[in-house]
Amino acid sequence: MAYNPLSEAEKTFILHGVQDDFRNDGRSRRDYRPMEFETNVITSASGSTRFCLANSDIIVGIKPEIDVPLSNRPNEGKIDFFVDCSANALLDFEGRGGEELALEISNCLRLAYSAAESFDLKALCILPKHQCWKLFVDILILQCSGNLYDAISFAVKCALFNTRIPRVSSALLDGGNVDLTLSDDPLDCDRLNVESAPLLVTTCRIGDQCVVDPSTEEEICSTGSIVIGVSQDKVTLLKTISGSFHPETLENSIDLAVNTALKINTKLLSALKEEEKKIGPSIRHHKSSFLM
Amino acid sequence: MTSNIKINLLIDKPKYTADLGDNNYRVFTPGESITEQKDFMRGHGTYVENGEIKSSVVGVVKKINKLISVIPMKSKYTGEIGDVVVGRVTEIQKKRWKIDTNSRLDSVLLISSINLPGGELRRRNAEDEQSMRKLLQEEDLLSAEVQNVFVDGSLSLHTRSLKYGKLSQGILVSVSPSLIKRRKTHFHNLPCGVSIIIGNNGYVWVSPTVNVELEGQGGFTQNLEAVSKTDREMIVRIKNCILALSSCYVMIYDTSIMLAYEESLKYEPKDLLNQDIMYEVGFNAKQRLLMVNQ
Repeated sequence: MAYNPLSEAEKTFILHGVQDDFRNDGRSRRDYRPMEFETNVITSASGSTRFCLANSDIIVGIKPEIDVPLSNRPNEGKIDFFVDCSANALLDFEGRGGEELALEISNCLRLAYSAAESFDLKALCILPKHQCWKLFVDILILQCSGNLYDAISFAVKCALFNTRIPRVSSALLDGGNVDLTLSDDPLDCDRLNVESAPLLVTTCRIGDQCVVDPSTEEEICSTGSIVIGVSQDKVTLLKTISGSFHPETLENSIDLAVNTALKINTKLLSALKEEEKKIGPSIRHHKSSFLM
Repeated sequence: MTSNIKINLLIDKPKYTADLGDNNYRVFTPGESITEQKDFMRGHGTYVENGEIKSSVVGVVKKINKLISVIPMKSKYTGEIGDVVVGRVTEIQKKRWKIDTNSRLDSVLLISSINLPGGELRRRNAEDEQSMRKLLQEEDLLSAEVQNVFVDGSLSLHTRSLKYGKLSQGILVSVSPSLIKRRKTHFHNLPCGVSIIIGNNGYVWVSPTVNVELEGQGGFTQNLEAVSKTDREMIVRIKNCILALSSCYVMIYDTSIMLAYEESLKYEPKDLLNQDIMYEVGFNAKQRLLMVNQ
């Protein structure tokens, strides 16, 4: 990703640090850097979040639109991801530089969310075979300091939690034409169940050990990294970004990822509920810290 | 084995406002008028419009007699002769290395301005130039001194002293060059077993203290043996302290680093990643620094 060269000696230092279970910022191999988020930062979107993982800074906005379901999945809605790598985050993203990475991340999310165990797309169906909601998830990377996949997946989950879809009060099929009536009250809306929405956890192999939440420097030193999608306790996605894994290492890193994802899931959900409790039931709260 | 995961809410985040001590400092924004009086001269970071001197960068005003300049908060490094810098080799060219020193243009290190290992005299032949990569490779880090500043602002470096040369194991911390305080010496062996090189260019090198008598050969060798865990903990702590200082806009030099280090001792090194602890350490160090300076 980012071109941030390291000399041989610096790489050795990082490698020994990982072996000692004491990384370059004092974390152990299983630690994440501190995360912060705020939901409902974009008033024009149905759901939004700003998520920070150390210096990685991500904004997600979600807008629902009415669409026709796929013929092979007549009673499911749709979800689509679009990632935009801003050149403010990294100079390499300038022009079309970030396109490849953006496509890779959005494909990864698409795959993770299409798994049956992960996200209940049936909730997005309005009238089987005829009408469903399609969620457009727009992700903007404002700053990047390693571990983008994880941060983005956490941010998407927060934004989905925050999403409010207008309630359909009646849906009638009138000679092939669908007649929808949406509720007039803006507060009358449906929420999504995000308990099992997938989290992506990247594990990075440095030397013989695997670490989670690699910093940019650690990403350079890694001999292999793999993105593992976890929905509650089920693995829904495996995607190698670089390098190759020995079956045993792979198993270890999957264990590591599942354990970490479980913890993150509980913490994330409780943080989301706590925030909601603080803000109260209103949809709009005065934005407090965005772009502070 | 437990993993440490922290998720905070941004709405809970206290707002930190920069405490500038005495209120003599005011931050000017680009386009802001500094003075309308005619008898001032404009310096760096300013321009003249309709007879007014205006700031062209974000920063604080510095007045020297009739000269008004604005020192930017965040900038690239502009070198001065005699500065100690830490840099990274980006390219090897004929008879010179190109070094990234956080300036607008890459600096040059001529092969004639280094000391060969073991004090050997250089033979000026082609073989010598071909073996440049043996001394310094691309992406290697080195410490050097600014020998000359060219008209375009790019720097010429030299390492003609035993204290300069290639850097071995350690961590590079990058802060804003305007936060580095110019001092008599920029090489420090801190009492906690850590050596730091505070480059004037904002690159700070934190490494374990090595025995000078064993390694003082002009510094083109690298020691790749594992660093002990106690040393590593100290290095990481110092690194996190420097980052805490820079997040609070405290000048970075040996005293401020040691004060921040003392403030940080009640926390684990990894706790210093949390922003509130980071600010606490930075602000406490700042307060103590003000007391020391009075």
